[in-house]
Amino acid sequence: MSQQTSSPVQAVEQKLKSGSKPVIDFDRFRPTRSSIRARKRHNVVMTGLVVFSFLIALVPLVSVLWVSISKGLKRLNWDFLTHNMAGVVGGNPTLTGGHGGILHAIIGTLEVTAGAMVISVPIGVMCAVFLVEYAAGGRIAKAIALLVDVMSGIPSIVAGLFAFSMFATIVGPGAVNGFSGSIALSLLMIPTVVKTSEDMLRVVPNDLREAAYALGVTKQRTITKIVLRTALPGIVSGVILAIARVIGETAPLLIASGFIVSTNFNLFSGRMTTLPVYVYNEYSQGLAVCGPGADPGCVASIRMERAWAAALVLIVIVLFLNLLGRLISKVFSVEEK
Amino acid sequence: MKNMASSQPVNNCKSNQVSSFTEADATQSGHLADRIFKILAWTAGIVIFVALAAVTLFLILRALPAFTGSPADRASALDALSGGRVTSFLAYVGPLLFGTVIIAGLSLLVAFPISVGIALFITHYAPRKLSTLLSSVIDLLAAIPSVVYGLWGALIVVPAITGFWAWVAHYLGWIPLFSGPVAAPARSVATVALVLAVMIVPIITSVARDICAQAPRLQQEAALALGATKWETIRLAVLPFAKSGLISASMLGLGRALGETMAVLMILSPGFSYSLHLLRASTSQTIAANIASQFPEANAMGVASLIATGLVLFLITFLVNFIARRITGKGSSK
Repeated sequence: MSQQTSSPVQAVEQKLKSGSKPVIDFDRFRPTRSSIRARKRHNVVMTGLVVFSFLIALVPLVSVLWVSISKGLKRLNWDFLTHNMAGVVGGNPTLTGGHGGILHAIIGTLEVTAGAMVISVPIGVMCAVFLVEYAAGGRIAKAIALLVDVMSGIPSIVAGLFAFSMFATIVGPGAVNGFSGSIALSLLMIPTVVKTSEDMLRVVPNDLREAAYALGVTKQRTITKIVLRTALPGIVSGVILAIARVIGETAPLLIASGFIVSTNFNLFSGRMTTLPVYVYNEYSQGLAVCGPGADPGCVASIRMERAWAAALVLIVIVLFLNLLGRLISKVFSVEEK
Repeated sequence: MKNMASSQPVNNCKSNQVSSFTEADATQSGHLADRIFKILAWTAGIVIFVALAAVTLFLILRALPAFTGSPADRASALDALSGGRVTSFLAYVGPLLFGTVIIAGLSLLVAFPISVGIALFITHYAPRKLSTLLSSVIDLLAAIPSVVYGLWGALIVVPAITGFWAWVAHYLGWIPLFSGPVAAPARSVATVALVLAVMIVPIITSVARDICAQAPRLQQEAALALGATKWETIRLAVLPFAKSGLISASMLGLGRALGETMAVLMILSPGFSYSLHLLRASTSQTIAANIASQFPEANAMGVASLIATGLVLFLITFLVNFIARRITGKGSSK
């Protein structure tokens, strides 16, 4: 074999030395028909696999959306949105003709998430300012960026355990309230806010900062009036996406905020139901019992129907926040250009 | 410190020149605001450090009784938690850890090839308009709360897939992995892994898509110019470039799957063993779902033991993230 391959090369070399034009047998390099066919076949198979993987992934994703919409709409009405679960017994209808609702869960979700936002947005944005404007490239910045990475990997249930442990240690045992849930959620939210804000601050052109400094503007003014203002749309959309991420968290709130059937407006005292926990709780209670002597309006599967309706509300909120965040970043980034 | 030292003389010089103006007060207050803002920024940076330290500290503090409490208490708490199966912490956390890793690993095994396929479809196969639409759909799907996937998995997937698993067990039952009896309803490890795979596909895809889109255009065109087929172009010019990014994307998905609570809690019928029979009922449970299900009814010592298992989970996800970081770090330095 080696002789065969080396001999034409030697022949070419000799011809080169002698000065005459080399005669190369190009047919030797021509791919055989079978190899071309094999390559094409391979290409078709892989294209098929890629398209197939895409299609197979669409099935569950479409199914999730379709099922939640079709099943959720069944119980989603005004009565459902404006009543809590107080006085709801089994599958029996309430005095208003409904089957209980999610008012308390919506209020709880809004308050707990707002609490998380109030904690994590200032810390997150200021931390990004610190990383980009004050400690850029330094050893401390690297260490804190690493810690933010570690923080973003905290499993949500561990965040819930942390909030529970903290309140149990500081306040005393049994301190389950909405604010504890806010702490847990802010732990999950801060890394997202820091990362997006950091990216947005880095995009702000350095010329703007230098121009401000050249005019004698102090660093604080430069950051608040120029850098942060330029990056504002990006930061806002990042914050909204972070909220959309934590608003659907269930496990930490299950542990930190608990569950209650009536409406609780006070974030700092007493248990507080949130939408995701409501969905889980309805599901986990299983079917209601409608005996032979039960109310004619009794619905055995009422809890599943409530769970689907609440899940639909949750999906609508999350998708709305997502679209809003994306819209803000899109609209304003176009304006910048 | 260096900054402070160098800015001092400049300040003096400025104030000498400006001292006759009334602006001197304004600059003074500006410097005060400057200093306050700097302190605020530093505080925010330090808060991150303090928060992580607090997480570790409080969890360890609360988990400590599970190791230092009286042996009789510890044993009885674990006995209650495990339904009378074990009395030592290591024996308790072992099967849970096994369940966590096997479920997360299986879901990654299913999700990874599909995610890469979707990412390649979006970046290299689909027409541009379709691909931007698909990208935003994938991003939206990544935001759907896990409790919704749990509900969907428990009420839709479980009844739908039971027959399929029975079919698998009938024809592939000679492989120990798929041996029966099949759980009916299929609240088994296999179903949970599938639902978790559905959950992490959007996450892996969105990272993989960004990386595949960044693959150098010139190399791909060069490959095409040399007569490579589309797949050969991807294999030669895209996949080698994206390799480290794809691995770190899959680690991100794995981290998510390891910590996932609700879907597992709502679908799986929990068990407590080192069983690899994916289709059988009540074989495994994950750490996260175990915490969520046992926490409300646990006594003080039980809570301590559960928090200790939470620490183990934290450690595992930390390791996975650390490995992902190392891989991307290496890839980007090249």
